[in-house]
Amino acid sequence: MTTAPVELERPETDQDPRPDLPWVTIVWNDPVNLMSYVTYVFQTVFGYSKAKANKLMLDVHHKGRAVVSSGSREEMERDVSILHEYGLWATLQQD
Amino acid sequence: MTNGFRRGAKGAVLIDLTADEAAVLRSMAALVLELVEEPEEQDEFATMVGIGTSSEPHEDPVLARLFPDAYGDDAKAASDFRRYTEDELRRHKRENAQTMLESIPAEVPRTGCRVELDLADAHAWLKGLNDVRLALGTRLGVSEETDQDVDALLSGARGVDHPDAAALHIFGWLGGVQESLVLAIQGE
Repeated sequence: MTTAPVELERPETDQDPRPDLPWVTIVWNDPVNLMSYVTYVFQTVFGYSKAKANKLMLDVHHKGRAVVSSGSREEMERDVSILHEYGLWATLQQD
Repeated sequence: MTNGFRRGAKGAVLIDLTADEAAVLRSMAALVLELVEEPEEQDEFATMVGIGTSSEPHEDPVLARLFPDAYGDDAKAASDFRRYTEDELRRHKRENAQTMLESIPAEVPRTGCRVELDLADAHAWLKGLNDVRLALGTRLGVSEETDQDVDALLSGARGVDHPDAAALHIFGWLGGVQESLVLAIQGE
């Protein structure tokens, strides 16, 4: 039998000041990534339809950036990590 | 010259390469592999618990593009995120470049070679090719305006006014190969 690990309290300052607001993942335009590739990545990573993925890709291309997913901070950190694996220029921020 | 990737049997994709094309792909993959090698000074304990030592954004523009900040507006959060995730991202990129190297024969006969990839390796190639293009494109300072030069070079135009015309030609060619792979993976 083992004793339960001591629960460490997270310091107050680490807590999200606005926990009710969702976080977003943003993909930024980039002159290298192929349009077909970016669309494919959105389909593969998020399970979006080809039409939705293509629209997001065009938003990135024409507007310079697009919000591609939203959720908790942890979820968005995961999304950004996966997008970096694919070589997309992605960041997260609180909406 | 290669016609790019096409769909083979059982979901595989394949590409026929000339000896020169195979050599270009091998050396580009090797370059990326070298770029994303583990940093030399790595704290043993930090490695064991999965925390990397790099927390600073990269000064080299190529590395900065391959390992971008996850937080655009919060340097502290970006640094923490990098410390916990960059090693894993490096490992992932290394494996993709390694997969590319392993699937191209080191010695290619003058008649060329065929590279056949299952779906998992095709995905490794897709990301690996993208890293190669990111590295080369960033080094060449490729912008939306350079597209016309690349198109002109690929269509065989001479006298394109760019100091790196040869490298830009390779960059354009790699784009065509990657595009064909995106389509082949989707069965198009």
